[in-house]
Amino acid sequence: MSNFVETPTQNTLEVQDATRNSDAICTNQSHLEHRWYHNLKYVIVGSLLGLVFVKAEIISWFRIQEMFRLQSFHMYGIIGSAIAVASLSIWLIKRFGLLTIYSEEIHIAPKTFNRGQIIGGLIFGSGWAITGACPGPLYAQVGAGVSVILITVMSALIGTWAYAYLRDKLPH
Amino acid sequence: MLTFFQQPWDWYIAGPVIGILVPLLLLLGNKSFGISSSFRHVCAATFPNGIKFLQYDWKKEQWNLFFVVGVLLGSFIASYYLSAPAQAPQLHPELVAEMQQYGITDFTQLTPAQLFNWQNLFTLRGFAMMIMGGFLIGFGSRYAGGCTSGHAIMGISSLQIPSVIATCCFMIGGFISANYIVPFILSL
Repeated sequence: MSNFVETPTQNTLEVQDATRNSDAICTNQSHLEHRWYHNLKYVIVGSLLGLVFVKAEIISWFRIQEMFRLQSFHMYGIIGSAIAVASLSIWLIKRFGLLTIYSEEIHIAPKTFNRGQIIGGLIFGSGWAITGACPGPLYAQVGAGVSVILITVMSALIGTWAYAYLRDKLPH
Repeated sequence: MLTFFQQPWDWYIAGPVIGILVPLLLLLGNKSFGISSSFRHVCAATFPNGIKFLQYDWKKEQWNLFFVVGVLLGSFIASYYLSAPAQAPQLHPELVAEMQQYGITDFTQLTPAQLFNWQNLFTLRGFAMMIMGGFLIGFGSRYAGGCTSGHAIMGISSLQIPSVIATCCFMIGGFISANYIVPFILSL
């Protein structure tokens, strides 16, 4: 157990989860807490993603314009085949009850419907077409050396903060 | 091998590689694939300002920030060390013709420097594309509860109906914006 830092009680975890899960799909479902260097493995996984983003021209502004003008199959092929591989893998994980490398049971947080997925989805989609990048490729554009995109990332942070600030007044 | 890495990758290579990251993250530590949450974690870490939505232990989610560092690193390596010189993407001729109307003539870069550069930031066109566009991404993705990675890939592949709805709305928003708003911005 020397790898783990002291874990909070189950009760505090539940309270934290309630806030954390609100409108966040990619939550950390692990209840284990590790020392920081355990996170380095996610740097490696992330770098694989960054590599694909550049190599398959997913960060290309033009490719996104083609996608939304139905002029190219490229992006549809990428998203479609990614979903196919991911869903088959998730099915296999569930079917064989696979555990994490820390022997934890694998859990995916269920999403509940709210109107935010429609309104926010439309807003996000229009931003995606304008900048030609969704959040991942936005970071990858910065990594690819387009320094001005740092400003776009900053704007995205401000947008996120603005949502958090206005959240109670927005329809959900 | 190196030539493979220097070529642009086809969709049937790129898609499955992205797809395999989903089980990889689950098996490595029960992490659900998603990127836009990193914006929220940065906000929670820097300016929580007593906002309830930002009051949580962001350190518990720090894997997501390490993941983002990885994206930066991977894209840096790919563009500086693994790209053959001057590989112009093969673009649809109609798109090329449309863009030329707006004075965009350089199609060799993935992020067109004629649109995205520091000088343009202070023009109406550049402001709309870089600053307003970024704001919409941050606001919309959090409002929707995820972005392309969290909803379209992670959500749909784990068979979540809300993610299917969100993804359809991403596409509708994108279609409207690319065909009506982007041409307007480009004409500014």
